[in-house]
Amino acid sequence: MVVALIMVLVVVGSVAFHLVSPWWWTPIASNWHYIDNTITITFWITGFVFAAVVLFMAYCVYRFRHRPGLRAMYEPENKRLESWLTVVTAVGVAAMLAPGLFVWSQFVTVPPGSSEIEIVGQQWRWSYRLPGPDGRLGLSDVRYVTADNPLGLNPDDPNGRDDVVIDNDDLHLPIGKPVKVRLRSIDVLHDFYVPEFRAKMDMIPGSVTYFWFTPTRTGTFEVLCAEMCGTGHSVMRSRVLVETEVEHRAWLSQQRAFAELEVSGR
Amino acid sequence: MSSAAPGVQEVIPASDVAEAELYHPHSWLTKYVFSQDAKIIGIQYTVTALAIGTVALVLSWLMRVQLGFPGVLSFIDPATYYQFITMHGMIMVVYLLTAVLLGGFGNYLIPLMLGARDMVFPYANMLSYWTYLLAVVVLVASFFAPGGPTGAGWTLYPPQAILSGTPGQDWGIILMLVSLMLFIIGFTMGGLNYVVTVLQARTRGMTLMRMPLTVWGIFTATVMALLAFPALFVGAVMMLFDRLLGTSFFMPALVELGQLREHGGGSPILWQHLFWFFGHPEVYIVALPAFGIVSDLISVHARRNIFGYRMMVWAIVAIGALSFVVWAHHMYVSGMHPYFGFFFATTTLIIAIPTAIKVYNWLLTLWRGDIHLTVPMLFALGFIVTFVNGGLTGLFLGNVVVDVPLSDTLFVVAHFHMVMGVAPILVIFGGIYHWYPKVTGRMLNEGMGRIHFWVTFLGAYAIFFPMHYLGLLGVPRRYHDLGEMAFVPPSTATLNAFISLVAFVVGFAQIVFLFNLFWSLRRGREAGSNPWNATTLEWQTPETPPGHGNWGKELPVVYRWAYDYSVPGAARDYVPQNEPMPAPTRAATGQAT
Ligand code: HEM
Ligand SMILES: [Cu+2]
Ligand SMILES: [Cu+2]
Repeated sequence: MVVALIMVLVVVGSVAFHLVSPWWWTPIASNWHYIDNTITITFWITGFVFAAVVLFMAYCVYRFRHRPGLRAMYEPENKRLESWLTVVTAVGVAAMLAPGLFVWSQFVTVPPGSSEIEIVGQQWRWSYRLPGPDGRLGLSDVRYVTADNPLGLNPDDPNGRDDVVIDNDDLHLPIGKPVKVRLRSIDVLHDFYVPEFRAKMDMIPGSVTYFWFTPTRTGTFEVLCAEMCGTGHSVMRSRVLVETEVEHRAWLSQQRAFAELEVSGR
Repeated sequence: MSSAAPGVQEVIPASDVAEAELYHPHSWLTKYVFSQDAKIIGIQYTVTALAIGTVALVLSWLMRVQLGFPGVLSFIDPATYYQFITMHGMIMVVYLLTAVLLGGFGNYLIPLMLGARDMVFPYANMLSYWTYLLAVVVLVASFFAPGGPTGAGWTLYPPQAILSGTPGQDWGIILMLVSLMLFIIGFTMGGLNYVVTVLQARTRGMTLMRMPLTVWGIFTATVMALLAFPALFVGAVMMLFDRLLGTSFFMPALVELGQLREHGGGSPILWQHLFWFFGHPEVYIVALPAFGIVSDLISVHARRNIFGYRMMVWAIVAIGALSFVVWAHHMYVSGMHPYFGFFFATTTLIIAIPTAIKVYNWLLTLWRGDIHLTVPMLFALGFIVTFVNGGLTGLFLGNVVVDVPLSDTLFVVAHFHMVMGVAPILVIFGGIYHWYPKVTGRMLNEGMGRIHFWVTFLGAYAIFFPMHYLGLLGVPRRYHDLGEMAFVPPSTATLNAFISLVAFVVGFAQIVFLFNLFWSLRRGREAGSNPWNATTLEWQTPETPPGHGNWGKELPVVYRWAYDYSVPGAARDYVPQNEPMPAPTRAATGQAT
């Protein structure tokens, strides 16, 4: 009796917590509302199953609790019931997987015409690189990393001379334009994570990873590191400012190109 | 003090199956310390694992102090915090859960449940325990090594694990890798034993499809572990080389705190594949024995046959096999080729189907049962709730694109604690309450057991259920201090403090349990040989606790499956496996082997 009641309360409490909890996802600021939708579908299906299972269990505990004279039913199997349950489960699983895979194919396909930027992680700060007027990012390699060239740009690559390097400062992005983010690390694993954008991806020394998104809301967003990277992991912060095209161009015009940095560094 | 058979014979007389000659101890030392009796070895494993598990529990308190009340304990700086989470995670998963479920329950129950006298290789079995103990000692030594234990996270991801931005990069990581290798060597000796024993040493009539699900779970998990652990072993060897000899298995060209290192060409992702090729099956290595044990607990205490036994066996085997092709769901955002996502999301969600079948069958076993709400049954019910909860959140994380925002947040921490932390631990407790009477001859105290259950179950649920929502909000895992985060409301600090307080209470409830273990040893009610009226062979031994060799003169002969509860027409509500069938069928089954 009491046991069944507590189990029911666990379900009621969980549902109530879900409904009133002040902790919920941040208002989205990118095109990935599909991800949020898939989460919503998944919450409905799994929430229903959880409640059904635990309530059924509570019912059994109440209805079939031991009383003198009660005897359990002897029934080793029931093929029809078992196959039926298997099929229903498979349908439920497919209902979650299908939208998931559909959105994943969008997630991994960068739309043509996206601008490209680079984000570099190192213990324990963020740097950014935007292509200059030529629209192309120059080559890089860790062997070129110095205090003046923190991203290891290849000084001999002409494509890189005009690249804008932002070391340890905010990233600015124009609203409404798809961006492909190239991710690099020069020491250990890091992970560029802005909760409002939903997307994230590890950065790996020795390779380049990517993801893409379109900022859909202006504002200032916090950048966190989501992959353990040593003692400074939780203080590895930065900011992304999403702004209008005009503001963005004004900001960009004040940044200095790699070639200029290099000169001033000498 | 005499061994199994009363009387003078050194060798227990053979029944008509081939008899293993057991080594008979001559001194206290060979009987209780360097014992070759699987039952003693099982107890040694369990006690050692619970002891090191207590260390992990204390570490979780310290972590929760820091998360709930940041800065209160000033010695918990980021480096210490990372050392704590690493040691906590690794101890819990490998040195506690794996060791208790396979080394503890496996050793104690496999021979007894199958009607064998012992494991087939008792000497290797003894070595298995002592190697495990050595692994634990090496692990503990890293707390005292210069620089302390490694703080690389339990996943030990390189390059970070062996570079100087991470605590314990000089001695800690080396000791950790060596300890893991020792653990694997020890496990392999025990594991081969369990497999061969199950395949070769079953008593007459004990066909595979008559084995209790506990044995099926442990057996399948052991086969998996024998296939999965080598990946970790290889990875550990390579990482040791990278660390000690300067090779570059996992190390690309990189800069270490401003200094270019002489590495090049290695792949950090290779480690992740090796680690998770072990790590995902590891989840099921822990889960499958728990599934098996909980099936038996439910069946015994609901006085009803397990529903859909054959389906349950196939589900265990299917889960075991499938779990070797899902490992990269831990790597959706690792930067591996994105097309892997399609494959691994599909396989991962397919596993949900056999898993769901198991849950249905547990429920259908309760349905129309005669449910005795004993302490083991309570733990089984608690397991169903937490396992279903954690299994369902796995459908979020397995579904590749949903994992993108949630990975590396507290959602993941909440998920795996629910499904592979709390759920198997509840089964372990349930199993201990269930089999303690066989091991010691006395019952554990029921009142303390109930307190232990309710505080642990409700407390653990209250700790980990709300935590999902912090992850959904975006709070990352492995953060020493949240600091200022604009998107995190101030109420989060309150929730974190609440979680910590509950964690302390749950921790203290474990002291009640440990106390009960000691107290009942002398004061517990006499159990008799079969206090739960169970059918399986371990309850039919001539002596309780069973002596060396388990069965006295004659091995039991098995006539039926393990779940003859409430058989219509039978006098009692259970029929032991070694009870012959009623007259007409008797001759037929009697000669079958
Ligand atoms: C009441 C008991 C427990 C509490 C309060 C607790 C608490 C914690 C906390 C606070 C963390 C660190 C979270 C973070 O900042 O990332 C953690 C990590 C972890 N815990 Fe537990 N835990 C408990 C039991 C368990 C059990 C039974 C297991 C067994 C599977 C377990 C396995 C882990 C693992 C694998 C990690 C991850 C370590 C890492 O990130 O490297 N914990 N736990
Ligand atoms: Cu980090
Ligand atoms: Cu997994």
